[in-house]
Amino acid sequence: MSFELETAANREGLRRVAIDPVSRVEGHGKVTLLLDDAGHVKEARLHIVEFRGFEKFIQGRPYWEVPVMVQRLCGICPVSHHLAAAKALDPVVGALTVTPTADKIRRLMHYGQILQSHALHFFHLASPDLLFGFDSPVQQRNIVGVAGAWPEVAKKGVLLRKFGQEVIRITTGKRVHGTGAVPGGVNRSLTAAERDELLAEADRMIEWSHEAVHLARQLHEANAALYDDFGLFRSHLLSLVRADGALDLYDGHLRLRDARGQIVRDAIPCADYDQHIVEEVKSWSYMKFPFIKELGPTRGWYKVGPLARVQNCDFIPSPLAEVERQDFIARGEGEPIHAPLAYHWARMIEMLHAAEIIRGLLDDPDLLSDQRMAGGPRGREGVGIIEAPRGTLIHHYRVGEDDLVSYCNLIVSTTHNNQAMNEAVRQVARRYLDGRQLTEGLLNHIEVAIRAFDPCLSCATHALGKMPMVVELRGADGALLDSAERGG
Amino acid sequence: MKQFLLDGQPVPFEDGQSILEAARQAGHYIPSLCWHKDFPAHGSCKLCIVKAAGRHVSACATPAKEGWEVESATPEMNGERRALLQMLFVEGNHFCPSCEKSGNCELQALGYEYEMLTSRFRHFYPDRPVDASHPDVLLDFNRCIFCELCVRASRDVDGKAVFALTGRGINKHLVVNAESGRLGDTDFSKDDLAARICPVGVILRKGPGFAVPIGERTYDGQSIREQKLKEEES
Repeated sequence: MSFELETAANREGLRRVAIDPVSRVEGHGKVTLLLDDAGHVKEARLHIVEFRGFEKFIQGRPYWEVPVMVQRLCGICPVSHHLAAAKALDPVVGALTVTPTADKIRRLMHYGQILQSHALHFFHLASPDLLFGFDSPVQQRNIVGVAGAWPEVAKKGVLLRKFGQEVIRITTGKRVHGTGAVPGGVNRSLTAAERDELLAEADRMIEWSHEAVHLARQLHEANAALYDDFGLFRSHLLSLVRADGALDLYDGHLRLRDARGQIVRDAIPCADYDQHIVEEVKSWSYMKFPFIKELGPTRGWYKVGPLARVQNCDFIPSPLAEVERQDFIARGEGEPIHAPLAYHWARMIEMLHAAEIIRGLLDDPDLLSDQRMAGGPRGREGVGIIEAPRGTLIHHYRVGEDDLVSYCNLIVSTTHNNQAMNEAVRQVARRYLDGRQLTEGLLNHIEVAIRAFDPCLSCATHALGKMPMVVELRGADGALLDSAERGG
Repeated sequence: MKQFLLDGQPVPFEDGQSILEAARQAGHYIPSLCWHKDFPAHGSCKLCIVKAAGRHVSACATPAKEGWEVESATPEMNGERRALLQMLFVEGNHFCPSCEKSGNCELQALGYEYEMLTSRFRHFYPDRPVDASHPDVLLDFNRCIFCELCVRASRDVDGKAVFALTGRGINKHLVVNAESGRLGDTDFSKDDLAARICPVGVILRKGPGFAVPIGERTYDGQSIREQKLKEEES
């Protein structure tokens, strides 16, 4: 099936404009626009042009390698893949629950990841657009420009990210691609000195995160007409929530709200994800399009990530972030907020929450305990779902009697947002580009919409062997001589 | 006592001692992968290559001689060692980032020791499926460097002859001595010497992967040079 502006009715004679690559996002993607002679947009697509294939080559490898290997999907949120894989493989070693120490160290690691990734996105990638304007001089629109004009903002952004990276280093041994979580638990606890090193900075991180929430909110409220309308589309919202409805980024069950805010699916156990979520493959992108099976591809697509999570939960279990959530929700006046640019505000609320959670965990003596591993009768299958910085991340493995992985399915946060990002691109193309002379600043509007989702395109491309393909042979005059097609 | 000069330093030796043994005993490091103090010299990895009396020789397999001038830690010799390491890396599939042996691996440690910054040669990407048929031990042939330490340990100490090298030249590979060719069909045990002698990540205990955190692995805090000389002292 195809959405409006996904495929032009007649592509002959249309002018093609490409934004290649999309900048200030993780990974490589491009946007193509097809325009008619009057400059009207007839087709707009976000393509993911890189290919990874982890789902395939993890098969045949021993299960204990998986958390370490799959985190190489990403250099920004490796911890999310590391933890989702470890969670999925806990049942394989019989650890139906892990020890309190393992649970808390994993949570500390995860919230460190959330904090550093959200800081990176807001300050390094998004703030140049938000502070200078979408069509400000391109030479200025980067973190160096921000450091020149708002040195304190840039400095706090850099140091917030550094703190998150230090949490990761202390819990995994390295700032990027460590080995902290293993199936059944974790391989190290904190020393008192490491805890104290983090404690020395933790309160300041809460303070700076709080300031960042207010900055994002001020930017939104100061230009409300733009922020509320830019790239606006309505969709379902999907995320994990804790059993009591609280925001929980490490564990919980799946909840789906419709575009008007009604909960339409709740308490879906993680292991049942594949009964509800299916993926569609399209010939023009390496990234699949997930949707809720019962609702179908037209109505069943959704968005994930901070905007979904902050509105999908019933409350945030940390005091400062909960106050900010309530203010955020109030802005919707009883309806969910769907504006893509509101992602930034929601993301900063989550960053504040992460800083509060880290601070709270550092008082917990379990972090120093050596009760790190759990086990029991072996299992053969596991599903691990975690809320990565960019949204719901699903890892699913089966392991044979010989301890080798026989099946792997990954549905990555950015993949869930595929249709949503394409919708945002089309909305912006209609509203800002249609019929106008295209400039760099106007094209950056498209990128601003994509950036709001903080996509990680390299994480999200795994359609090995499933990609539908059309190969066309054309003569020098452009006439079609032959074609071959493979279905998805 | 008789002595030779190693990079200008006098090294005493006893008759029958190899250049490598005498050097290590005197606190001088000459690298090796296939050499083990409990087994006769093998001379296959060539990492211990030195120049003695103007000729390239394997230090592990060449008896020391009175008055020899031996060059080892020279830019020329170290450059050749680096090239040998690069060839070992491209010959197999050495994916250190997700290898359980990372941090404990002698090949990786030597890569760091000799500042190997690139693999330089074209990768072979051989197709070597793992053998996971044994309940306690995984064989990942991708990382084999043909040192034959497992072959020798299994045959000469464990008395089982579970492993062998077969094929010639570029087709040489490690095999398991069973009708099926599978480790699970042998009497191999996780307690065998052969199960813990592999210098790289071919023979691995199943299950406790990555239980030792980064920072606590053998070569995380010290170089292979320091570690091997420490072993020599103890």
